[in-house]
Amino acid sequence: MKIAEKKALKRESIIQTALQLFSKNGFHKTTIPDIASKLQMSVGNLYNYFSSKDILAQEIIKYTSEALGEKIREVNMTEATAEEKIYQIVSIYFTMAEEKPEMIEYFLRVYLSNREVFSDGCEGMVCVSGFITEIMIFFDDSVSSGELRNQDFFSAFGLFMGYLGGMVFLKGENVLPKGIEHYIDDISRNIYHALKA
Amino acid sequence: MSSSPKPKLLWLQSITCNGNTHSFLNHPDLFSILSHFEMIHHPVLEGSATMQDVLAGAVDCDVLILEGSFKEEGFLKAGVEVSSLIHTYANKAKYIITAGTCATFGGIFKQNDPENISGLCFDIEEKTSRYVRYAPKLISLPGCPMHPKWMSYVLLMLSHGKKIEIDNLHRPVELYGYTVHTGCTRNEYFEWKIDTENYGFKEGCLFYEQGCQGPYTRGSCNKILWNDTSSKTRVGTPCFGCTEPAFPRISLHKTKTNMGIPAKMPMGVPRRAYLTLTGVVKSFKIKRFSERLMEYDK
Repeated sequence: MKIAEKKALKRESIIQTALQLFSKNGFHKTTIPDIASKLQMSVGNLYNYFSSKDILAQEIIKYTSEALGEKIREVNMTEATAEEKIYQIVSIYFTMAEEKPEMIEYFLRVYLSNREVFSDGCEGMVCVSGFITEIMIFFDDSVSSGELRNQDFFSAFGLFMGYLGGMVFLKGENVLPKGIEHYIDDISRNIYHALKA
Repeated sequence: MSSSPKPKLLWLQSITCNGNTHSFLNHPDLFSILSHFEMIHHPVLEGSATMQDVLAGAVDCDVLILEGSFKEEGFLKAGVEVSSLIHTYANKAKYIITAGTCATFGGIFKQNDPENISGLCFDIEEKTSRYVRYAPKLISLPGCPMHPKWMSYVLLMLSHGKKIEIDNLHRPVELYGYTVHTGCTRNEYFEWKIDTENYGFKEGCLFYEQGCQGPYTRGSCNKILWNDTSSKTRVGTPCFGCTEPAFPRISLHKTKTNMGIPAKMPMGVPRRAYLTLTGVVKSFKIKRFSERLMEYDK
């Protein structure tokens, strides 16, 4: 394996480990030595990959946004109806919350809760554009095809993603009486009926 | 060119508003350019042939300039079917220049009878039955009207025996390889996705709300300025896309958007790339671009 490939793999393993620790223990309670220790690497070596904890945190939000965006992109590439696509996007989001809860938790409990960490380098949508772009494409396609009502982007985006984020937040607080997958049908239908033309 | 020392130039009008004739008259070096040709006939300038001879198809022609939309049957002038006159001289000519969008693609006059009116060789973007016959000598100069210097570029290249590179719709790439967006003084606002607040402002881009088609319209309006002075977008009016085959579109003063996303992307730019960039740049507020130009730095 080439050195560059090894480094890329190492970089990703740092991101994944840090993602888990930040999501579980919070940004401020997690230290670089904690992350290095879990990876069995030296603190100095970890700094070769990420020059600060803030930079690492910013790279993680890009990583999670790209991962989620990649899955929605696959949905966007299909010929499915807007109603079917909404169902698939909701499924992707809730499945990720179930199987890789750290991905969504990171967004809700680190990214949105520690804005000062992201204010220089992750302004606005800079670090979440991988995900936002795919949602834009979904909306654009669905309005073009006449399935969804034309309106301001953020009024539709807020309804869609605020709803999903809120449900995952409730799941994280252990207040949902059922597993989150039980809500996919109803929530997809609610979103579709709220946005349809 | 012909054995004659000067190529013979014939300007014919079909269904037209005279816009291209008038545009060309605005050329500051009009008579210098025309001095390279023998003018056989022109709608408003003096020509060497009589109208009777022109109508009889009796005069020679090296360069035919056609202005106006084309109709194969039913459009007569002086009792003569204009299409037959066009065919007569198009067959004789070594070069055919379609001046303006009407002659090239059908344009505004096509709206009156879309089934029967088109450009000479293109019906919007589709090739007409006449295309095969005239394609080897065809040069398209769409625009409503065409810029006088686009015509002078072509005429001077032809009179000097130079080859004109053309694209698939026979437009000279030197003139139409650019978009109207190229050279627009509002480009910084386009880059940062800042809309102008209203017409007539120096600040802001017209692409997001005001219907500007500059980013996907071919033409050099912001490179070769109108009256050597300005352009639509420079004075705060959106580009109407008048050089494009589908001109005129509707709602020229309003950008069609889907949930705030422009329905038509800048030419050749993939939507995903455009939206990624948009999301990033919209995350920043640049002070200089949010203030009036005349107020900043005061």
